[in-house]
Amino acid sequence: MKKKLTTVEFHGTKEQEAKLRAVIADQKDVKGNMMPILQQAQEIYGYLPIEVMRIIALETGTPIEEIFGIASFYSQFKLNPSGKYAISVCLGTACYVKGSGAVMEKISEELGLPVGSTSPDGKYSLEATRCIGACGLAPVMTINGDVYGRMTPDQVPGILAKYKA
Amino acid sequence: MKSLTIAELTAIRDRKKDQILLSEGKDRIRVVIGMATCGIAAGARPVYDTVVEKVGAAKLGDRVTVTETGCIGICQYEPVMEVYETGKEKVTYVKMTAEKAAEVVEKHLKGGQIVEEYTIGAGTGAKKEDGSVVTSLNDTVFYKMQKRVALRNCGVINPENIEEYIGMDGYQALAKALTEMTPDGVIQTMLDSGLRGRGGAGFPTGLKWKFACANRGQVKKYVCCNADEGDPGAFMDRSVLEGDPHAVLEAMAIAGYAIGSDEGYIYVRAEYPIAIKRLQIAIDQAHEKGLLGKNIFGTDFSFDISLRFGAGAFVCGEETSLMTSIEGKRGEPRPRPPFPAIKGLFGQPTILNNVETYANIAQIILKGASWFASMGTEKSKGTKVFALGGKITNTGLVEIPMGTTLRTIIEDIGGGIPNGKKFKAAQTGGPSGGCIPASLIDTPIDYDNLIAIGSMMGSGGLIVMDEDTCMVDIARFFLDFTVDESCGKCTPCRVGTRRLLEILDKIISGNGEMEDITRLEELATYIKSASLCGLGQTAPNPVLSTLRYFRNEYEAHIVDKKCPAGVCKKLITYKIIADKCFGCGQCAKQCPVEAIAKTDYVAPGKKLPAYAIDPKKCVKCGACMATCKFKAITKE
Repeated sequence: MKKKLTTVEFHGTKEQEAKLRAVIADQKDVKGNMMPILQQAQEIYGYLPIEVMRIIALETGTPIEEIFGIASFYSQFKLNPSGKYAISVCLGTACYVKGSGAVMEKISEELGLPVGSTSPDGKYSLEATRCIGACGLAPVMTINGDVYGRMTPDQVPGILAKYKA
Repeated sequence: MKSLTIAELTAIRDRKKDQILLSEGKDRIRVVIGMATCGIAAGARPVYDTVVEKVGAAKLGDRVTVTETGCIGICQYEPVMEVYETGKEKVTYVKMTAEKAAEVVEKHLKGGQIVEEYTIGAGTGAKKEDGSVVTSLNDTVFYKMQKRVALRNCGVINPENIEEYIGMDGYQALAKALTEMTPDGVIQTMLDSGLRGRGGAGFPTGLKWKFACANRGQVKKYVCCNADEGDPGAFMDRSVLEGDPHAVLEAMAIAGYAIGSDEGYIYVRAEYPIAIKRLQIAIDQAHEKGLLGKNIFGTDFSFDISLRFGAGAFVCGEETSLMTSIEGKRGEPRPRPPFPAIKGLFGQPTILNNVETYANIAQIILKGASWFASMGTEKSKGTKVFALGGKITNTGLVEIPMGTTLRTIIEDIGGGIPNGKKFKAAQTGGPSGGCIPASLIDTPIDYDNLIAIGSMMGSGGLIVMDEDTCMVDIARFFLDFTVDESCGKCTPCRVGTRRLLEILDKIISGNGEMEDITRLEELATYIKSASLCGLGQTAPNPVLSTLRYFRNEYEAHIVDKKCPAGVCKKLITYKIIADKCFGCGQCAKQCPVEAIAKTDYVAPGKKLPAYAIDPKKCVKCGACMATCKFKAITKE
């Protein structure tokens, strides 16, 4: 999956920037600190916009293209903001064999969202995830970290209704 | 923190052991509720909260303790609650809810009466020899055939309480190693035990440690733990981390003593938040008792562990990629030699072992190498944890001695294939592995047997497939994964896997040619021999394995343009059998693309004209077949 920089406008706050700089300072002497810095930066901002990468580059002396190289390599680093409700459907082997593809299609249909995209109002994002290791409950999906197991397509409307506001 | 002395450690053990096992003394009850990822996902938290509340309200606190535990292994039946009572067999309650839990507190904990209808036997219909319902997991076939070594504490102790780990002889192995054994002696024990890496490749653990042991104390070395568990369908390591994290910490410290290292890293995938949380708690608690840190047990051995998180890259489960990722870079592998034992993390001698490998170490030290070597087969000693998933009745985690046959796993432990379907194949080794067809179901599972039949042990994910699974589609599924996860550094993998995927796509969409099979086999040879790391080297395995045992399916897709299992959408034709059609028109109403229309033909004995599907418009959604009450629509 090729990653590109987002077209969504950057709305970082002063508090977020202060937190980011504190994280960088805290990790200063840690060996191999770029991964932890990027992971914590994503926790602060929800994704990794170029503006954040620029701050990290200047503070750590690492070229921004190297940071972009790391951010674009790992699938968990998001260059695009997630929806308010981030829906992830597992397409790992056990879930796939038990029909998670049909669950994914149903969600995509209900929300009018192609897989791997965020809705224009920023409310929902839908992505296929790597195996999260709950294979005993296949098929599995998560919404903002809430795990739903033994999924079938007809459960989808009822579950989505909980995430309307 | 000043370290515990061995005497203090033993005192905690003696105090806690009885509280956990309830082996003697006054009549007590211990309730454990499975709170690993699956348990919580299935709704274990309200069950736990209810039991705690009701036990408190009924003032049973001095007789009854309630605790969280890790993965009990029967994911199918979560939320699970087990009740241990002094002198009695434990009772296993399954598919619990808050309401059922309240009832169990009332009738069983207070009233002394087992609520049979909520026990494991009631749901499955399992009965004991005397005809009574099976109420304990220990009496089920699923459990009786297991030998829990790596998983021994999972589902038994509270993983967030170090004293419960200590109560089960925790940290006694480290104490023994530091005070009664030499570092070389520890390595010899590992060699004698025959323990082989449980991450998939099966390299002898003792040998790995031996390669890194030169120049102890003179050069900085690292001990790493691979907790990336990237194989889809594998959750063995997750269960150990969520259920018994201290087992890993203790083993890493023992490894550090053996090779002369004072620092370790656990690289855990970010998709395991509960495992991360419990590891951090475990590390903090170990620090508090001085079991990690400086001068452990008052010796001159110091060892500490840090956590590092993955960020969603399957390739980072590969040894050198993992180390590169800890170094904060793109997780790309490195050429070997030099091997990590000589030049690894940050350029220093490093050993990397899998979580499950570590979970075995403490017991090998305490019970001895020959105890471990007495289990398993000649070249594959010990046990293996398997994550059973897919089309099998009992999904869950099982630990069995090496050499157990696939038949035993599928028919006895797994409870067979649901819905009356036929077993077709079992996939082991994830995207690096291969399938074991039904004809080889009596294969004893061990490292070498699996390689001989074209698969590999892998980390332990075992996905069962039935007659409704298309093996060409499965090969394509794995290639899709591998193409996505390829790091891109070396051409054979970056380009080669993509070409393999394209050929498979061609075949499943009805455009395949017989030469495509030759092309697949040729490409596979190049990719396997020229890729830089294990990801590329093993990526063609699912293709080669399915070609070996299910070549007829490939040929059906290519020559007949048909998918025998009825999976590959582009090759399926939905057809209305005109003579069975009553002309009700319901199928036409359901069809989302208006592909069904009335014909002129009225079948003998029917009143209304039959309908027919236009194959050019049909999108193979199957809605018509699901709607037809007269079974007049087929899929072929």
